[in-house]
Amino acid sequence: MVETKKMIKIIINDQELSVPEGITILEAAHQVGVKIPTLCHLDLHDLKMVNQTASCRVCMVEAPGRNSLVPACVTKVSEGMEVNTHTTRAITARRMAVELLLSNHPNECFTCPKNLQCELQALAAELGVREIRWEGERMDYPKDLTSDAIVKDANKCIYCRRCETACNIVQTCGILSGIGRGFDVFVGPFANIPMVESSCTYCGQCVAVCPTAALTEVNHTAKVWEALNDPDKHVIVQTAPAIRVAIGELFDMEPGTIVTGKLVTSLKRMGFDAVFDTDFGADLTIMEEASELIYRIKNNKTLPILTSCCPAWVKFIEHQFPELLEIPSTCKSPHIMFGTIVKTFYAKKHGLDPDNIVVVSIMPCIAKKAEAKRPELTKDAHNNVDIVVTTRELGAMIKEAGIDFDKLPDSEYDKPLGETTGASVIFGTTGGVIEAAIRTTYEWLTGEELVDVEFTQLRGMEGVREAVVNIGGKELKIGIAHGLGNARILLEGIREGTSHYDAIEIMACPGGCVGGGGQPYHHGNEEIVKKRQEAIYQEDRNKKIRKSHENAEVLELYRQYLGEPYGKLAHELLHTHYEERERI
Amino acid sequence: MEGIRTHILVCGGTGCMASESEKVIKNLGLILKAREYKEEVKIVQTGCFGFCEQGPIVKIEPDDVFYVRVSPKDAKDIIDEHVIKGRIVERLLYKEPSNENTINKQEDIPFYKKQLRIALRNCGLINPEDIYEYIALGGYEALGKALTEMTKDAVLDEVKKSGLRGRGGGGFPTGLKWEITKKQESDVKFIICNADEGDPGAFMDRSILEGDPHAVLEAMAIGAYVIGADKGIIYIRAEYPLAIERLNIALKQARDVGLLGKNIFGTNFNFDIDIKFGAGAFVCGEETALINSCEGKRGEPNYKPPYPAEKGYWGHPTCVNNVETFANITAIINRGAQWFASIGTEKSKGTKVFALAGKINNVGLVEVPMGITLREIIYDIGGGIQGGRKFKALQTGGPSGGVLTEDNLDTKIDYDSLIEIGSMMGSGGMIVMDEKDNMVNIAKFYLEFTMDESCGRCTPCRIGTKRMYEILNKITSKKGTMADLDALKQLCYMIKDSSLCGLGQTAPNPVISTMKHFWHEYLAFIKDVDHPQGEGKYVPKNKIGIKS
Repeated sequence: MVETKKMIKIIINDQELSVPEGITILEAAHQVGVKIPTLCHLDLHDLKMVNQTASCRVCMVEAPGRNSLVPACVTKVSEGMEVNTHTTRAITARRMAVELLLSNHPNECFTCPKNLQCELQALAAELGVREIRWEGERMDYPKDLTSDAIVKDANKCIYCRRCETACNIVQTCGILSGIGRGFDVFVGPFANIPMVESSCTYCGQCVAVCPTAALTEVNHTAKVWEALNDPDKHVIVQTAPAIRVAIGELFDMEPGTIVTGKLVTSLKRMGFDAVFDTDFGADLTIMEEASELIYRIKNNKTLPILTSCCPAWVKFIEHQFPELLEIPSTCKSPHIMFGTIVKTFYAKKHGLDPDNIVVVSIMPCIAKKAEAKRPELTKDAHNNVDIVVTTRELGAMIKEAGIDFDKLPDSEYDKPLGETTGASVIFGTTGGVIEAAIRTTYEWLTGEELVDVEFTQLRGMEGVREAVVNIGGKELKIGIAHGLGNARILLEGIREGTSHYDAIEIMACPGGCVGGGGQPYHHGNEEIVKKRQEAIYQEDRNKKIRKSHENAEVLELYRQYLGEPYGKLAHELLHTHYEERERI
Repeated sequence: MEGIRTHILVCGGTGCMASESEKVIKNLGLILKAREYKEEVKIVQTGCFGFCEQGPIVKIEPDDVFYVRVSPKDAKDIIDEHVIKGRIVERLLYKEPSNENTINKQEDIPFYKKQLRIALRNCGLINPEDIYEYIALGGYEALGKALTEMTKDAVLDEVKKSGLRGRGGGGFPTGLKWEITKKQESDVKFIICNADEGDPGAFMDRSILEGDPHAVLEAMAIGAYVIGADKGIIYIRAEYPLAIERLNIALKQARDVGLLGKNIFGTNFNFDIDIKFGAGAFVCGEETALINSCEGKRGEPNYKPPYPAEKGYWGHPTCVNNVETFANITAIINRGAQWFASIGTEKSKGTKVFALAGKINNVGLVEVPMGITLREIIYDIGGGIQGGRKFKALQTGGPSGGVLTEDNLDTKIDYDSLIEIGSMMGSGGMIVMDEKDNMVNIAKFYLEFTMDESCGRCTPCRIGTKRMYEILNKITSKKGTMADLDALKQLCYMIKDSSLCGLGQTAPNPVISTMKHFWHEYLAFIKDVDHPQGEGKYVPKNKIGIKS
């Protein structure tokens, strides 16, 4: 795109350079090694998440000829333009902007959940702020602790509007917007109703992009420690596919480093009674979902089938497209399935009282916290899953436990319920669930062996993708969307009857779970998300078994306990239902 | 109309209605009926006469007698004495404050003498609720001429040649704005009338819409014809119920007679107008914020470019002009650019409406040619300072402007000269301060306004104005130090330099200009400087000011 543009000459800090027309001063400065600090700016170009509100006024630079300073993040370069990024005038203005923000910010960095991860804090350090000169009134709003997933602390809102962009433009949920005006302004749900009363899907993309701790996940680490310290409790932990390719970042490892073995070791050292892999649950999900797809195809039932692994996506369809609730698969999500198996099969096998088992899920996701509390998933004598913590929370716990992650030896997941496949690991990225389902559906429908298991046409970062997969002469039309805004495009097509698919995979977060709201903060660097995705596919290639229906332990589970896939007991334990929800 | 020998014009502007002009009309009607003069005398409720200080105003035509401060009980004398017996009711005539002489005719009253009414030409003259009165005075002739005799380029050329500049405050050349919008390639374009008048004390837009709504509708249609729009929007604040009511009546009447709608004047030009209400946020007068508000979004400005002319309402090219700007258009088309350009100064043509308020005798709305001096406005038209006190300062440009002092009174005012002397035209508010006013408090008042009206989007305006206000509060409660004054100055320049929109960029102006001209009043509050004349007083030996 850039190559076709006309090149123009500009001067940045006395350095002449030639840049494509239409780029911003910020982008141009980057090319000559000039770093202009930013705060509200966010550019995840390939994930289509771009925040250009130009509101923080931190990136102000001097452009001779202009009456006032200009924001580098949105000001486009023009032929012959001269820009001075670090004049006294610019530095003073930008430092004052940060000082002003700090003057209306709670000075509680020590105890803040974003301590050392906060972009405002980092910026203050970078700009050499040594005192907050402007004393005065500060915002004083109560924290919103109503939801099981997201904490809103308006006092820490610097009104960058990134969350609003994520919520409204990218996810099209329309929950977060500016409230009040002037000094009192902050971002929250309409009329500042409690988060729990809103139609929030808890996807957590707002949390992922919030530069401060105005939006964070509900911290459940204390509950985990409490369970681990309770001698009467048998504490099981399971880790989602996308954790192993991301948690290393919290220990200064390169993004995309696969640390599965160290992850298992650290959990064992923390004292969990058994360490399992949600991938097992994912293989189980494929057994059920592929069966459901084949059932629907063979019996001319509703198509497309929509994957149901993502709880934010499920809540989205319940609020936004209640008339389409017939199409999602009824499968519980993999970690909930796994929790159910632990509380039933595993408990029985080990002679444990399910009430004394605590299932902890380590998830890249914030929505899973709310999912685990859904009434239909907690209505039995015991919850399917008791506690959900994010990748970030686990990282903090590992540090708290004094575990030097980098130096850990590798360990294997516990057995049984520990064997996993390449199909289940790719659940962590957009396109992965449907690819895993196709691998199984193909063999089940054709009875032939699938030699090349990699369906590259289903992969990539394009927001909406479609592909036709030929299965034994039958063409299956597949749709894939990541990001709820893209999901909306697919669903509108289905509702209007303008598009026809047989199967659709939807993941709420851009990039899928690798870009989940509970993952280590990417701080605006989308390459990190891409590297995690690459690592996921690498992990798939590393696996000997790459199809869910070849997972011997899963098959054994059916043989010993569940019976037929999509059978009676499987239905009872592994499937769920959805309900229409209000749209606020 | 035949057989009507006398017209009684009664001001129906918001100000006079607040002083019971409607009751005056009712009483006049009842008495006329009782005396059986209904057939030959007609009562007309007009728009604002501008002389609000002396309201309610009643004018008798064709006798050309101008009555002031008419109360409902005066209706009897007006009918019995003036209308029936032809005797002027002396006690209702305007008296010159200096010599108590009474004046019969409107044009002889000093308040009106130096005025030149173009935008306000029909206010106080016609019944704004009757399209035929507007048409009778040449209304819709300009639109007819534009559509049937002139090309778009010819109309544009006329507006450009007239030198008309935006009356909303910025002073951007109107013709150029039209031209830029016209040039955009798009099937869908919009023309918006900005009636979100928000400057404290300014009410010219309201008066025009109340007094002569068709002038705006006609001008919008002409603008739409030029730029290629078939849809217009009037964005008006909901606090202007009378203006809204009269606009709605005007819209209906214009549609009924085919002056809005399809194939206007038998041409293929289609145009209609919607009204959208603002909720009273000052910042919505900024055009990008206004467009956001029209779209149902938060009323906050966007970064420009893109300008509305390129990407405006729902992403389509949109031309936003102020009410008073529109009110000049038909006169330009009817009487020619040359005539218009002959009025005013080299770079500011035509007239400007000002709202006189504060410590001035003749509070009201005046329209004067550009290039008039402030002294003429304040003393000749405004009748000088209340109670014969000494003039101290004048705030123009509303909360975004600055104060002017005695030294500036002989400046010939126009867009550029006002900026040169440290203020701005703004939408035309003029608030006069006398020797009793403390300028630090005045600055604080304006700053409080902008602080409250900040949308909160950008840091400098959102938090900076708050901190400025807090410092000013500290100073006026005599707890401030020299360091606070220094901090205040720094904030002023940073906010001006870094804010996203005009509201923030101009918010510190009242503080900057009062610091410049009345630095000693700031020092008088400061606790860590010597006060040789006693606390609360500071008379500097040399004039210390801040660099402008």
